[in-house]
Amino acid sequence: MSQAWNGFMRWIDARLPVTEFTRKHLTEYYAPKNFNFWYYFGSLSLLVLVIQLMSGIWLAMNYVPTDTQAFASVEYIMRDVPYGDILRYMHTTGASAFFIVVYLHMFRGIIYGSYREPRELIWILGVAIFLCLMAEAFFGYLLPWGQMSFWGAKVITSLFGAIPYVGESLMTLIRGDYSVSGATLNRFFALHVVALPFVLVGLVIIHLAALHEVGSNNPDGIEIKAQKNAEGIPVEGIPFHPYYTVKDLFGVGVFLIAFCAVLFFMPEMGGYFIEHPNYVPADSLVTPEHIAPVWYMTPFYSILRAIPNKLVGVAAMGASLAILFVLPWLDRSPVKSIRYRGVLYKSFLAMFVVCFLGLGYLGGQPPTPVKALFAQAFTVGYFAFFVLMPFYTKRDKTKPVPTRVTK
Amino acid sequence: MKKSLNFVILTLVSTLGWGQLAGASEGSQFIYKMPELNQRNKASLQRGAKYFMNYCSGCHSLGHLRYQQMAEGIGLVDDQGKVMDAVLKANLMFTTDKMGDHIVSSMLPADGKSWFGTKVPDLTLETRIRGPEWVYNYLLSFYADPKRPWGTNNAVFKDVAMPDVFTSIQGIQMPIKEIVGHDPDQRPIEAIVGFDLVVPGELTPAQFQSAMYDLVNFLSFAADPKKLQRERIGVIVLLFLVIFTVFAYLLKREYWKDVD
Repeated sequence: MSQAWNGFMRWIDARLPVTEFTRKHLTEYYAPKNFNFWYYFGSLSLLVLVIQLMSGIWLAMNYVPTDTQAFASVEYIMRDVPYGDILRYMHTTGASAFFIVVYLHMFRGIIYGSYREPRELIWILGVAIFLCLMAEAFFGYLLPWGQMSFWGAKVITSLFGAIPYVGESLMTLIRGDYSVSGATLNRFFALHVVALPFVLVGLVIIHLAALHEVGSNNPDGIEIKAQKNAEGIPVEGIPFHPYYTVKDLFGVGVFLIAFCAVLFFMPEMGGYFIEHPNYVPADSLVTPEHIAPVWYMTPFYSILRAIPNKLVGVAAMGASLAILFVLPWLDRSPVKSIRYRGVLYKSFLAMFVVCFLGLGYLGGQPPTPVKALFAQAFTVGYFAFFVLMPFYTKRDKTKPVPTRVTK
Repeated sequence: MKKSLNFVILTLVSTLGWGQLAGASEGSQFIYKMPELNQRNKASLQRGAKYFMNYCSGCHSLGHLRYQQMAEGIGLVDDQGKVMDAVLKANLMFTTDKMGDHIVSSMLPADGKSWFGTKVPDLTLETRIRGPEWVYNYLLSFYADPKRPWGTNNAVFKDVAMPDVFTSIQGIQMPIKEIVGHDPDQRPIEAIVGFDLVVPGELTPAQFQSAMYDLVNFLSFAADPKKLQRERIGVIVLLFLVIFTVFAYLLKREYWKDVD
């Protein structure tokens, strides 16, 4: 039996380097042994991507992307398709789970300095994935063709109209019509189901390839490749398979318990995962009382709304995302990980977290003059974390970094 | 490990709590407190279906629900689990529709618009849009108002286009108003805090409230007919996942004994 298998693998390996790939990226790929709780979210992101792809494919088998039938086809899936309700809730819960997991994954990158040299490109690719994810979620949200779908799309596509000279034409080009209509629905369907999934999967592959080229960072922010044994294996490294495959399997179990608890018992999550106005079919003649994006877009929507001028607001929202790209070059600290940083950095980080959460909360609320002031303050705080980083990271009093990893 | 475990538990608990909190803090205080809905109470669902067909289906559709699905969900099935066609047709189907058809009102949408001044909404998802508590209070809050075209108004939905269809069973009630505050010009702001039954109906107020509970229970079922089946599957899935995760942890611990 074993001889037959070896023979089979020799045949495959002569034509496709499967065994070599397995060694290079799993069994002889060495990761730091001190990964903690924050390190589950990368593999969980990959899991949720697969959940979205699979549930999306089965939903697309019964969904109809026309303005007259989209809403009814979703209810058809919920009622007439066997287990269609579970499929639909998998996709909506998965969408919110994706952002929870990705935000935590990004936060890990920030606190441990995983964006620092030589990992700048991994970070940049990650931010690109994040932007594609926002676009994917935005296109997908139009598909149920509810009131919030329609009016949310109307608001966000109208932002492009604010761009001078090309604005109006660009807005019409994106919408496929002079207003959000069936034409918009059709093209957003194509982008959501075909174009962006391809781009996302491609970006994830090169994100992982870039990671494997330099190896993972770790909670202490020290380079394990600096200390290798006689065989050239990092002393603080352990093979990804079986150690991290088995650990991530446990992480997957815990995640799926939370995911399935929501999916089966509270998929609407009080109106945060599935918004109540979206159960009303889209009506271009009736504006909902309160148009708000889904919770994961609220921080950036808040920044947009905080500035009274439309074009400057759009520019600020764009800047709040674009500034993420240059983070590797803003950090001038000699240390990578928050564990060895001083009070100055930790204060700025705490302020950033408060501002981000505050912006997120305000983004879902109807605007009032007092709330607008808070949004403006939080926007300043958000940008201050990045813009002032070259200065406070240089002045920050850091602690000495150990040579060996700690637990 | 301990710190991260605490974090996980805290996150899970606060996520669950948040969902409940967000759902509960919807809008203003309602006059009537609705008892907990229960899709398992088939008798209640059947009464609710009866009230819907008698008082609502003349104008309102349940366009995403089929007669067959309704019958299965409200328990109009025999011992073999087969839908009792004859009972359904005799009691709950007033049109020439077939079992597999969607529940569509015989009133034409254009007529509805011209008679009531606005489009008559489909009610399949109404309890998901407004929340069941809102619908319950709406149904109980019609009162006499000579200024309105139909002679009735509603405390929950001011100047609603829908007439009071329950006068025969509820009777006619007048609003009890209270001053709750003043506007910037010092004019008093009134709110309706209760009702006075001036003409009794066939049912006592308690019986009518019970009937409306049944109706909302039924509408809530119409909005999510697969809920019970989904929760049944959910229990099995979660049970499996808990056992799986325990074994996954033990396996991880065994492998990681090699690592210092």
